[in-house]
Amino acid sequence: MLEIKDLHAGVADKDILKGINISVKAGEVHAIMGPNGSGKSTLASVITGKEEFEVTKGELLFEGEDISELDPEERAHKGLFLSFQYPVEIPGVSVTNFIKTAINENRKAKGLEDMPASEMLKMIKEKADLLEIDRKFLSRSLNESFSGGEKKRNEIFQMAMLEPKLAILDETDSGLDIDALKIVANGVNKLKSKDNAVIVITHYQRLLDYIVPDYVHVLLNGKIVKSGTKELAYELEERGYDWIKEEVKLA
Amino acid sequence: MGLKDKLLSSYIALEDHLEDDSPLHELRSKAIKTFEAKGFPTKKEEAWKYTSLNSLLKTDYSIFPKQENAIEFKDVKKYFLHEIDTYKIVFIDGVYNSFLSETTHDKLDVCLLSSALNKSKYKPIIEAYFNKVAKDDSLTSLNTAFAKEGAYIRIPKNKEVEKPIEILNFSTGNEGAVLLQPRNLIVVEENAHVQIIERHQSLSENAVFTNSVTEIFAEKRAYVDFYKIQNDGPSASLIDNTYISQDRDSNCKVHTFAFGGKLIRNNLNFYQNGEHCDSTLKGITILENKQHVDHNTLVHHIAPNCESHQDYKGIFGDASTGVFNGKIVVEKDAQKTDAFQQNNNILVDDKATINAKPQLEIFADDVKCSHGCTIGQLDEEALFYLRSRGIAKKEARALLMYAFANTVLESVKIPELKGRINKLIAKKIGVNLGFNV
Repeated sequence: MLEIKDLHAGVADKDILKGINISVKAGEVHAIMGPNGSGKSTLASVITGKEEFEVTKGELLFEGEDISELDPEERAHKGLFLSFQYPVEIPGVSVTNFIKTAINENRKAKGLEDMPASEMLKMIKEKADLLEIDRKFLSRSLNESFSGGEKKRNEIFQMAMLEPKLAILDETDSGLDIDALKIVANGVNKLKSKDNAVIVITHYQRLLDYIVPDYVHVLLNGKIVKSGTKELAYELEERGYDWIKEEVKLA
Repeated sequence: MGLKDKLLSSYIALEDHLEDDSPLHELRSKAIKTFEAKGFPTKKEEAWKYTSLNSLLKTDYSIFPKQENAIEFKDVKKYFLHEIDTYKIVFIDGVYNSFLSETTHDKLDVCLLSSALNKSKYKPIIEAYFNKVAKDDSLTSLNTAFAKEGAYIRIPKNKEVEKPIEILNFSTGNEGAVLLQPRNLIVVEENAHVQIIERHQSLSENAVFTNSVTEIFAEKRAYVDFYKIQNDGPSASLIDNTYISQDRDSNCKVHTFAFGGKLIRNNLNFYQNGEHCDSTLKGITILENKQHVDHNTLVHHIAPNCESHQDYKGIFGDASTGVFNGKIVVEKDAQKTDAFQQNNNILVDDKATINAKPQLEIFADDVKCSHGCTIGQLDEEALFYLRSRGIAKKEARALLMYAFANTVLESVKIPELKGRINKLIAKKIGVNLGFNV
């Protein structure tokens, strides 16, 4: 589904990603871990098309197609989704109106009519229930004075509504207490299928107890320096990143 | 002959019809002399530094309408808040139109200034209120000299008006370019409540220059909610001079929606004469092409323990220009004043301009005054957030502008009006909202 080959990207003349290789297939869950400043969020932004980053080398393929020159909205239309580490507050637009706009813009791009209001309402209700979201929450302004947990839950709600093929969850666990974490993880798991894939970006192994990865990659200084199975996450939790840094130096 | 000379000689013609020694005649004579001495304001004056009237003064306007023009309701229905029942005071080319109006004298007066000026039973009111809060600057004086017609509204003590009052000024263009000088007098007595919507609408491409004066008196515990809709055609210009005198415990709100017109200048003046007054001044300005809108506000805190809230948002596209000049004066006696002013602007195009100037003059020592002013572009992070959800760039930009302006509408108390303004904003910005507003 997603093929990243020797990807170099950055801002101005400075490369932040220095040769990333990842291959994500349908049905898989990948975790990307790494210390602060290793390039995790940059990778998420580059995959989803944030304009301030430039791909300088390598390939970024989604379902076999080079997407590196596409606009963020075009990538979304193809089925990419990013759950933001810091969702943006937009006073004046309610959660419901925002998601309606997003859904219908995606449909428009596919040449479909707007979703009928009754169908939309039914879907909103169903997905809100899945994430135990209060109905009142949906009429509030998008992310405005939401708690950290509400913001993250709202991101997963949008993911549930948009039904992407590949979802990247950037630090979705930060700011969540254990109950909220379980709800969010449960939501993600219910949305998982053999046809879609998830990339979980996280500092900690905690979230991976609930969203169990098939593969774990360690990102260090803009490169994937180690890949393994979920056991690698436990090892990182226990031993930190220093031993990997040592390994990299020795190699 | 320039416009000033034309006006001065027209006044002489008007004077022939006035009673010789009435107080009103005296007032007019004084006002025309003031106008003669001061003339039209120029950019040399600090308060007019960013707004030039030169482009308006070259036109040869007709000053007194020659004929009574009529229009069909179906042609102008969209300018009324027709979704709900309202009182209506309608003027066509400055002349009252009874056919389109719905006035009343039943327990309250929703009628015409011409009757108030001419009928003896209104004499005490006119003597007590007419031209009592309006200042003697040149444009207000010009209006005072010629003032013949406009809305006269009086809400008696404890009366809550059950439906909004619309004041509509249409111009037909049937007589070429016209200069209109409506004059409104609004007296809201103790504990009375009223909602008023005012609109100026040109129905042709011919030039219209409106120099309007509105005086509002909010007595003890009165509640006044005033909405100005300025969405006129490209050859219509408006100078709106509004003066509000507030007694103790009164609450006055003015919302100004400036979406269209060639040149608009809003001189909005609040005077808080008693304790615990609450004043709200809000505005949304959305401009394109070469439109020019100048908001010149004054809140004069004279008495202690009062509040004022100002929130003006502007979106400027193409080569449009905006001016915000917000003055707050806190007198020595006005202790415990709480004055807040905010002005946020977005420049959409490189050629658009905004000149913003907050002006605080504080003579009391125990007050809370704050002001904030921003001029910027759209937030790139927010834009990426929206686009990452599949919302195309153009729509995402429009949605952000819509959201930016929309927050001002929270205090609009008439749901149908709120819906209308919401749609106007969406249309102005070109956002195809995937939802009903």
